[in-house]
Amino acid sequence: MIQLTVNGTQHKLDVEPDTPLLWAIRDTLGLTGTKYGCGMSLCGSCTVHVDGVAMRSCALPVSALNGKSITTIEGLNSRTARAVQSAWEKLDVVQCGYCQSGQIMSAIGLLEQNKSPSDEDIDGAMNGNICRCNTYVRIRAAIKEAVRSLV
Amino acid sequence: MSQKKIENVSRREFLVKTMSVGAGLTLGVYLPGCSREEDTRPEAGPGKAGGEVVAESEFEPNAFIRINSDNSVTVIIKHLEMGQGTHTGLATLVAEELDAAWSQIRVEAAPANPILYNNLFWGPMQGTGGSTAMANSFEQMRKAGAAARHMLVAAAAKKWDVAADEIVVRDGVIHHQASNKQARFAEMAELAAQQPIPQDVFLKDPQDFRLIGQHAPRKDSANKVNGTAIFTQDIKLPGMLTALVSHTPRFGARVKSFDASKVKAVKGVSDVIEIPGGVAVLAKDYWSAKKGRDALRIDWDNSNAFKQGSDELLAKYKTLADKPGSVARSDGDTKNAFQSAKQTIQAAFEFPFLAHAAMEPMNCVVQLNPDGCELWYGAQTNTMDQIAVAKLLGLKPEQVKINMLYAGGSFGRRANPASDYVLEAVSIAKAINGVAPVKLVWTREDDMQAGYYRPMYYHQLKAALNDDGYPVAWQHRIVGQSILAGTAFESMLVKDGVDQTSVEGASNIPYAIPNLQVELHSPVLPVPVQWWRSVGSSHTAFAVETFIDELAVAAGRDPLEFRRALLKGHPRHLGVMELAAAKAGWGSPMATGRGRGIAVHESFNSYVAQVVEVTLHDNKSFSVDRVVIAVDCGIAVNPDVIRAQMEGGMGYGLAAALSSKITLIDGGVAQSNFHDYTVLRIDQMPAVEVHIVKSEQPPSGVGEPATPVIAPAVANALYQASGQRLYALPLQLSA
Repeated sequence: MIQLTVNGTQHKLDVEPDTPLLWAIRDTLGLTGTKYGCGMSLCGSCTVHVDGVAMRSCALPVSALNGKSITTIEGLNSRTARAVQSAWEKLDVVQCGYCQSGQIMSAIGLLEQNKSPSDEDIDGAMNGNICRCNTYVRIRAAIKEAVRSLV
Repeated sequence: MSQKKIENVSRREFLVKTMSVGAGLTLGVYLPGCSREEDTRPEAGPGKAGGEVVAESEFEPNAFIRINSDNSVTVIIKHLEMGQGTHTGLATLVAEELDAAWSQIRVEAAPANPILYNNLFWGPMQGTGGSTAMANSFEQMRKAGAAARHMLVAAAAKKWDVAADEIVVRDGVIHHQASNKQARFAEMAELAAQQPIPQDVFLKDPQDFRLIGQHAPRKDSANKVNGTAIFTQDIKLPGMLTALVSHTPRFGARVKSFDASKVKAVKGVSDVIEIPGGVAVLAKDYWSAKKGRDALRIDWDNSNAFKQGSDELLAKYKTLADKPGSVARSDGDTKNAFQSAKQTIQAAFEFPFLAHAAMEPMNCVVQLNPDGCELWYGAQTNTMDQIAVAKLLGLKPEQVKINMLYAGGSFGRRANPASDYVLEAVSIAKAINGVAPVKLVWTREDDMQAGYYRPMYYHQLKAALNDDGYPVAWQHRIVGQSILAGTAFESMLVKDGVDQTSVEGASNIPYAIPNLQVELHSPVLPVPVQWWRSVGSSHTAFAVETFIDELAVAAGRDPLEFRRALLKGHPRHLGVMELAAAKAGWGSPMATGRGRGIAVHESFNSYVAQVVEVTLHDNKSFSVDRVVIAVDCGIAVNPDVIRAQMEGGMGYGLAAALSSKITLIDGGVAQSNFHDYTVLRIDQMPAVEVHIVKSEQPPSGVGEPATPVIAPAVANALYQASGQRLYALPLQLSA
């Protein structure tokens, strides 16, 4: 049994210890907002927050997470999160949308650490999140928009 | 659910009968009245995610519109939403003519029906591709909206006892000024349903558009931002099994035998079965299926397997290019013109295989029922898939229900003419006799290695120049697999040995060259190939636009001026080229180590020019700093969606320009995931400006036309910066 807090709720998960967090979230808990894209921490579609830090969940075994607190896209409610999601909507960032949960989790992770990121900070923090629709121009703009709205 | 929506059967029957009368005569283009007899809408799908309560429908004037009791208007979208914005675009057309408020518009994906939801450029066949969604729907969806509006107005006129032409509809409110009466759509819906179908509908004069050309926020933003949008990957049915497949490591290989003993020891695994092309492992969830597949041992029969690599293919293609091919275009007397030419220039170009690499790897959910089969996935060639699945299962096509979900990207991949991943899922469900619903999931490695690539191509170009340096003869030979051979599209698009999708962008070049010969060799290989965003233009635009640039330089002329001289009579090419050049400050000086390049290309009836600025960082590396894009896609229905497609389509092409490449070695694919099939990341994305040419032409597509233009523009900029002319993609400077 692995004990995890996911979006504020405690769960005891009866899964194999090598199960990546992504699949525990998706298949066991039924939270499908977090996506599978590569399984090797290369694309960022699976990004969640582990104790407040943006991490890739697809290659992170649950056995390493006992007692940790996980936030997924479904559990967002911070002021920063609202600012980021509103900016994403305002600028119509999404296209296919499949990577966007991960993009948003990474963007929130950035802004929780850095209230006024430079262009380089943004590109650096978001570099692990691939978007094949190439919505990058708007991702940059939406992060800046969120920064403005948080001042 | 279906009973709930189709509540009032007598009214519905009445509607079907009365509407059918007018349908064939006047509005046959969208067949009003042929409302869906059975409700095939998905439980979870686009527009339905997040436990949204669906209101009862009060008025269904045609197969595209439902006016609901809560005053919302549902627009049924026949095309796949894969990011290109078709849910927003087609809904805009309906809302415009209906004079609805944008906020009251909902969208819903259409069920599979080749008649009702026909792609008018293909049909009778429902499907999405070739940047046709907006172009084929522009009149159809507006007429659907106008017909609904007409009936609502007729109902109001009757109820209020006023003249219909005194009634105004705006932002979802029906208003009669003189009597000061007003009503929302829902209030008139029941009476509207009893009005006769209009014999004809008037469409708005474009100058009266209130939504078209304005900013209408995307209909799929909110649920894609909060994680509730449902993709194939997210479907969960009671008792569903997840299937992973071990595919042949070489194209054309077969399973000789397999050892499943260790697979069955993996907790959660239920079945291991052989299917065409591999072995499937079924389990209660993804991770169990993955561990099961990892434990699978397969002995492959390679006797008929393809064992060549990209290098051997290239050598073969080069030999082929020295021989005349099938003629795609022949103007004047090219042979004679070359013989008498004083100066000729030639070049050869190499293009690798490419994977589509959509963020959502291929997947499909299948449930076999006693009376048919139901599928959930990002269906792109709905009718072809429906027919293929029916054939495999011995059903009639209409027994195959398709729930068209959002696709997590496609770039052509989900429109597979062989229905490959769909049939794989159905084969698995069939092999277990349909005892459980099956979700087929491809891993990223499967998606990269199990096939269907943009073909590898080799081009040979030769030009004869006059004394002013302008081309008087042009010979273009292309070598590469036919995408359409053996598909349902072959009879339509392969003529005299020429697959139009291999030569498009080359056989129709706009430059004025009196003697022009375009030829094609289509070697047959067992490597599965498919259209990839912008199809033929993904390679032809590079060859043509960099070669023209090379000719301009050889003539000692400015590349913009050189093109301008050859583009007389092509105002739309000229229009975008001049606009991009002006906005980019063409001609202004660039610092040492920087370069500016231009390219212009038409694909799918849309015209795109891009001006690129690059910076060299050391001997071999460079960055693309700025891209100025001008597009002429006719009437700009949703300018912001157009801008988004220009930005993203350009970025998709930039990935292939900079680094993406599938390499075959010994019949297998060398790349497996995003570490070795590299795609564009945010730090490589240039600053982008998009300028839209104002036009009164009918709208054309925007999903693909930005993609092919970037690679030649970058290569031309790199030449200006470095003096190196590059002839292969991905672009690589030599030290």
